[in-house]
Amino acid sequence: MITLNNVSKKFLWKKAVHNMDVHFSKGKIIGVIGENGSGKSTMFKLIAGLLKPTNGEVLVGEKLADRKVSATVAYMSDIDQFYPFFNAAQLIDYYESQFSDFDRQKAMDILSFMKVDGDEKIKHLSKGNRGRVKMAVTLARNAPYILLDEPFSGLDPMVRSSIVQGVIQYLDLDRQTLIITTHEINEIEPLLDEVVVLKEGTVLAQGNIDEIRRNHQMNLVDWMKRLYEGEKLT
Amino acid sequence: MVMDFKPDKPIYQQLIDKVSSEIIRGERNAGDKLPSVRELAVETGVNANTMQRVYREMEQQGIVETKRGQGTFVTENLERLQELRTEMKQLYIEAFVQDMSELGFTLDEMVDGLVHYQGEREGKNDYTE
Repeated sequence: MITLNNVSKKFLWKKAVHNMDVHFSKGKIIGVIGENGSGKSTMFKLIAGLLKPTNGEVLVGEKLADRKVSATVAYMSDIDQFYPFFNAAQLIDYYESQFSDFDRQKAMDILSFMKVDGDEKIKHLSKGNRGRVKMAVTLARNAPYILLDEPFSGLDPMVRSSIVQGVIQYLDLDRQTLIITTHEINEIEPLLDEVVVLKEGTVLAQGNIDEIRRNHQMNLVDWMKRLYEGEKLT
Repeated sequence: MVMDFKPDKPIYQQLIDKVSSEIIRGERNAGDKLPSVRELAVETGVNANTMQRVYREMEQQGIVETKRGQGTFVTENLERLQELRTEMKQLYIEAFVQDMSELGFTLDEMVDGLVHYQGEREGKNDYTE
């Protein structure tokens, strides 16, 4: 499990995350949604140990998140940070050298599941195929926690659905937990067990998808809109 | 391909309805092996936990049976499958009656309408034959 206890993160005067309390239980797929600037990416960097909280604590399992947390957290950033001159095979070699939980065969399987040519250099790949390669190396880690920050951003519907299917096929929910941020809410709703809604750096709500549907007879987008509007009214 | 889900009903419930409909239509017969949790999850685009719940609930309802190490199968209890067919009919009738009542139709008007509809359809069939 991952727990944020009263976490705040300030960048100079700006509060990116403010008194955030949230708990992610194991063996689930959890979506983190909210408007731009609501703190999603900052929350992920805090969990991945890439940022230190200004206040509060971030626990991954039993341990405080720091740089070493990367051994148990596979974090996929929303920006392309790979060497452009690598091809997929070289990227796989590199990942294998960095992460002891990296499963080479799984990476190859995912690439072929997503129909990507592993010989092409990353800089020559289309944006869609770069997105697929990024997913393949991230999902190929047998890490207990996987964080995907905006995996669908700028990708066409075919790539998005092949990524969703790759997640379903290769994620092992008996041993892994996946947390994902996206604005493509309708598309990932069936993939999620739970959702956390962020606004202005705090948690507006957390809920189970099927309970939201049962209790409110509405899908995730409508529920989120109502939460946002309710906030504005008060 | 990935399924479209209605907004007002839990996803696992819609998947139970989908598999049940396939059984009633005879696309899946008594004793047939069902796809694995993961196969069906990938096919419909839902996560494996949800699909597991679908099979678990259907097993509790006696519609499917899980055999250890072999997978999940449509029950061979034909009586139960006949019941399922009746339950499904009941479900659709309730939804129909509710919609029609909201539009202000009485039960008698609905029955008349159905009889008339059947007459028209039979008339059409006579004409084409």
